Amino acid sequence: MTQHGGKALAEFVAEATEILDALGRDLLALDEARDQEADPEHINGIFRAAHSLKGLSGLFGQERITQLAHAAEDLLDRLRLGRLTLDDQVLDALVDALDTFQSLLGETSRGEEGEDLTQRTRAMEERLARMGSPAPPAEEDPLERLELDVQVRAVFTEYEEHRLRENVRRGVALWRVRAAFDLTDFDQGLADLNARLKPLGEVISTLPSSRPGGASGIAFDLIFGAKVSAQALEEGLQGTPAELAPLTVRPAHGEPSRPVSAPETVSSLSPADAGVTAPDGAPRPKRGKKKGTRVRPLSLEAGPPQALLPADTRAPAQDAPSGSSHGTPGLVALPTAAASAGSPRMKAVAGPSPTTLGLQSAASAPLPAGRPRPEETSLRSLTQTVRVDIGRLDGLINMVGELLLIKANLQRLAEASRQDGTVALSKLFGQELSRETRQLERKLEALQEGLLEARMVPVGQVFDKLARLVRRIAREAGKEIDFVSTGGEVELDKLIVEELSDPLMHLIRNAIDHGAEGPEARLSAGKSRRAVVRLRAEQKGNHVLISVSDDGSGIDEARVREVALSRGLVTSAQVSEMTRRELLNLIFLPGFSTRSSVSALSGRGVGLDVVKNNLGNLSGIIDVWSERGKGTAFHLTLPVTLAIVRALVVGVSGRTYAVPLNSVLEILAVQPDDIRTVERREVLDLRGQTLPFLRLGRLFHLPEREVNRHFVVVVGLAQQRLGIAVDELFGQQDIVTKPLGGRLSGVKGISGATDLGNRRTVLVLDVAELLEEGIAQERRRA
Amino acid sequence: MTFRVLIVEDSKVSREHIAATVEAVDGIEAVTTASGFEALKLLPRQRFDLIITDINMPDINGLELINFVKKNPNYRDVPLIIVTTEGREQDRSRGMALGAAGYLVKPFQTEDLEALLRRFLKPL
Repeated sequence: MTQHGGKALAEFVAEATEILDALGRDLLALDEARDQEADPEHINGIFRAAHSLKGLSGLFGQERITQLAHAAEDLLDRLRLGRLTLDDQVLDALVDALDTFQSLLGETSRGEEGEDLTQRTRAMEERLARMGSPAPPAEEDPLERLELDVQVRAVFTEYEEHRLRENVRRGVALWRVRAAFDLTDFDQGLADLNARLKPLGEVISTLPSSRPGGASGIAFDLIFGAKVSAQALEEGLQGTPAELAPLTVRPAHGEPSRPVSAPETVSSLSPADAGVTAPDGAPRPKRGKKKGTRVRPLSLEAGPPQALLPADTRAPAQDAPSGSSHGTPGLVALPTAAASAGSPRMKAVAGPSPTTLGLQSAASAPLPAGRPRPEETSLRSLTQTVRVDIGRLDGLINMVGELLLIKANLQRLAEASRQDGTVALSKLFGQELSRETRQLERKLEALQEGLLEARMVPVGQVFDKLARLVRRIAREAGKEIDFVSTGGEVELDKLIVEELSDPLMHLIRNAIDHGAEGPEARLSAGKSRRAVVRLRAEQKGNHVLISVSDDGSGIDEARVREVALSRGLVTSAQVSEMTRRELLNLIFLPGFSTRSSVSALSGRGVGLDVVKNNLGNLSGIIDVWSERGKGTAFHLTLPVTLAIVRALVVGVSGRTYAVPLNSVLEILAVQPDDIRTVERREVLDLRGQTLPFLRLGRLFHLPEREVNRHFVVVVGLAQQRLGIAVDELFGQQDIVTKPLGGRLSGVKGISGATDLGNRRTVLVLDVAELLEEGIAQERRRA
Repeated sequence: MTFRVLIVEDSKVSREHIAATVEAVDGIEAVTTASGFEALKLLPRQRFDLIITDINMPDINGLELINFVKKNPNYRDVPLIIVTTEGREQDRSRGMALGAAGYLVKPFQTEDLEALLRRFLKPL
């Protein structure tokens, strides 16, 4: 079935983007743990994502995505079912497939279908199909050794069956965890139980028991592979209504039979129970009525597990099996803690700790010749949707309710004044009215804040995408890079996060391509073989600082000076006066590139000036620090949101302007005498520091008025400061900046216009641009 | 009389597509849910005349849901239809063995689903 129309397409793109994001997260997790055995959960997660994507794109008639998703799903299914081993080649292929999916989705969202990408998709499909060596075949199906009711086995999916087989093959202790819950909140109870079990092993299957758990209850059997001892498992489940029963595995190749985890079970039995051995050695199940964690042997089949057997060293549980009387039908009543609902969840919470990505660029397979490079795809998401936490929305709805109350109060006051004219003049009435207005103001502020919050997304969304990119760039550049990102939880306006992805991608490409040295060069410079590229976000008041840094060779100042001079970007007189910082900042000038050969990676005609412009559009600025041999760092300063800002309203030569308050540091009143001219620039002395001084009237060619004092609005972003002279200060107001359309959009120093509420439209100053202008003026005069 | 069909499918688009197809038939009302858990919660609260379920779902899988329904005297007569993707023959045949009444392979034609609905929801 094919759906047409823009809305359907937008829906498809939004949903597919979500799926790819989830896929990317699991892929990244696999990548980070390359040296360890892959977590089946991640592989299954990726499989499910590919599977969903296939279904979704099939539904929308997106043939190319469907085909590739099919190939990916096929590969992942083989991985998932253990028919294929996950090695570096497979992982690289999956990462590249994700890139291809993203490119495909990009074209789809633009309504294109390029031949290049179609070719690339086909090549990718073939690569996935060829992938990998088959896993060694098992000599005997280990599942046959597991004593499990045929009826239970009948409800396993192929995947669950495979996971069970894997666990048996490795000798993992298998348990049946049975728990009964109330029908009304069993999902919560089960979620809690799952959260407890997860750190202790693998939940292979969750079976609703056909035996009803009482009139209003429901029982579940969880088939669980434990990676901890029986005792630890018991302890981990304390306070839940779970009952434990080990599953019996028959011996392979004539080994004596054993209940896998039984030896550990003994250690938890009370001394009184420990000595008792069932006459026939067979476990005798008892039905317990009390809730609490219980351990008891389970017989799913008639074959009795032997009571005494030699310690089996292959058992993965670490505790030494005691080897005695383990078959005892014991019932251990552990302290019955409060009901499951109150049990604390043990899900690990990811803190702001750095995540490290190990990359083996040089070691991994070279790119097959002729494969088109998945190059220059933007990391920007393709959708305009923001996912909002339901709690935040509820808060907003509540606020609207409160506003309605205030409206009712105001209505009542209006009604009262209409019916009795004198009331309107009374002082009491005035007080009541102003109280309601204050309430209204407060609620509106809260509502505004709430709405702004709803637009906020963690900057980590982009970081994750960048982490995947680093892998590829490093591989292509033949460098060995450790990528460390921190502060992904810092929140920014969705719009800013989106616009940020491309500049960050460029800076990271730069860091890897120009900053980081190759492994050999690093070793001979006495550094570690692998270079480190860091991406860090941090909130500072109304701003977010983001830095991209490397521990590479640093920027060659002398070379920067030379190039800037040779390209005529600056004069030698200017250069001689420049501080080190100013010199470094020359790299942001249009037409500047220190590499004589354009690199395949960063080059492509897009320079740092574009990065700077992009950031300028977000009211942000960029600054660079570098030290020879030690590394380079780019610091980005960005406002948290662009939607509504508080502004200072000022007057210059009879005109009114708004200055965003987030960049205003302070306001000074200065006498004309305080303004000095140093090297033909006007400056102010501010507590011993020289502050560049800009007359707004002069910049906008307005008639200047004679004044006996100036107000100076000191603005700053990052380390840059500028004093802007204005005639009048009118106060503060919240403004929503609208861009100037068409031909006016290029006006220097103005970011847009806003309505001040009294039907007066004023221009909003662009502080970042004015800071530039201040510096440029200095340069021109010098 | 209106028939009520429960749709259990974790993929949103697929779920909505099935629901739209089901509701397009006169006299049928669709109730959708994204998980097997939710389905277990809904079962005792409403009467369903038919259940359509996916197999591979994150919490309890479709086979387990079928087994649960077929073992429970209150629901065992409700016909179940499995929706699977191609290549999952084992899952499909297990579902049928557990008592599912029919199956659909994604991506399916709306007519196929309609035919199944008409077969199991009589008189439609």
